[in-house]
Amino acid sequence: MKKTNLFAAIGGACVLALSIVFVAADHIDAPAVAGTTTDIADLYAFEGDNPNNTVLIATLQGPLTPGTVTENAAFDEDVLIEFNIDNTGDFVEDLVIQAIKRGDSMYFFGPAQPAQTGLSSEIATFAGYTAVKISTTDDVQTATNNGMSFFAGPRRDAFYFDFNRFNEVVSGSAAPDGFFPPGTADDFFDELNVLAVAVEVPNSMLGSAPPHVGELVGLTGLPASYNVWVSAKRKQ
Amino acid sequence: MKIYKFKLVCIAICATLLFVQCDDDENGNVIVQETCDDGIQNGDEEGIDCGGSACEPCIDEIDFSGTYVQEDIMGRPGVNTVFSGADNVKNMFNTSLVSDRMSFQATFEETLEDYHDVYGDALGITIDYETNILGLDAPTFTTVLAQFDALQVAPNGQTTYYDPGTGVVLTGRTLADDVIDISLTLMFGGTSGTRFDGNNGTPQLTSDGVDSGDRDFTLPFPYLETPITQ
Repeated sequence: MKKTNLFAAIGGACVLALSIVFVAADHIDAPAVAGTTTDIADLYAFEGDNPNNTVLIATLQGPLTPGTVTENAAFDEDVLIEFNIDNTGDFVEDLVIQAIKRGDSMYFFGPAQPAQTGLSSEIATFAGYTAVKISTTDDVQTATNNGMSFFAGPRRDAFYFDFNRFNEVVSGSAAPDGFFPPGTADDFFDELNVLAVAVEVPNSMLGSAPPHVGELVGLTGLPASYNVWVSAKRKQ
Repeated sequence: MKIYKFKLVCIAICATLLFVQCDDDENGNVIVQETCDDGIQNGDEEGIDCGGSACEPCIDEIDFSGTYVQEDIMGRPGVNTVFSGADNVKNMFNTSLVSDRMSFQATFEETLEDYHDVYGDALGITIDYETNILGLDAPTFTTVLAQFDALQVAPNGQTTYYDPGTGVVLTGRTLADDVIDISLTLMFGGTSGTRFDGNNGTPQLTSDGVDSGDRDFTLPFPYLETPITQ
């Protein structure tokens, strides 16, 4: 997408914001965090290339246009990015993996049982840590420690979605056809970037998984699964 | 004299090796920091693998104190943005506990029906949510969305939001998963999953018509592609 088109799309989004607007997976999801350094775009969690590992990826501050906007995007030293893992099925975090910027590096702590759960956190300095230099668009750094891998820096947004058409669908102006067919539909995020934090962790560090939550609503046959979410917390 | 020259050459080679080891990869390739990860204090390091000119500062020199308070949170894709509706509800959702969201269920169900109403009104007919392909009626579906908003991640077996090839569902979220089409199908697909799929005169509400395009999801850690630079 050319920048001019993107700016037009964003302008259109601002107009649509007066009514019902849907902005991507979690990109710019609420006015209090939109455009801030705590704004989470997406969360991914999947089996790593090593099948004994789980990969956790959080993306933030999206969408970033290519060029200077991406190059100038930066993690915030006052923002703690926290992967939460519930391995007992009560949707309270039993383990956290925390990431916070200091200098030109991202410091990762955990997985560790947090000193306190919930809306407020302290950094788990009692847990082991690994620092990785924050990557730039042309200098990619990863770190490994204790079977884990770590990364922080700008990446291409993996999320794909015809978000402009969705706004037309939910406003009713797309009737009677609904979404466009393949070829006509347009992926808004095709050539945009995000800031990403990625951790690959051996499952042996995450404990046993509880029964799948789907069993509570009659979905049977699902494998035992952790409940995972990411939060962004600002220093007070 | 020869010995002196030999020493100079040795020093030059060693310095070069040290410099190369700590240098950035100018080709943009993924490289692993090694010199500061050898488990011993060497060079001008101030501790084991920390401090000095090449390594990160030692941990006890960095301030990690303070309390950090939640401003944003995410489990499954799109939940807050799609179902919270009003801006103040979105803000409240972002600052709520995952384990304390019973109060959001009614709002989520109302929003789900509103989406159907908006489209029904445009077509001049009545459209209500229909129990989806997972067998979840509106109250149950929105309860799952509101009260259990986390990615379920299976440590043993395939991890996917939904894989139509294997039928595996809600065991993770890969980069490739088409979470929009999956979510739209759960919202608008009805019991068959194809209720409004653009066929037989129905509107297309179960797929946004885009796929991942030329994205490459086969890369090694960190799995995401380099940023678009144009």
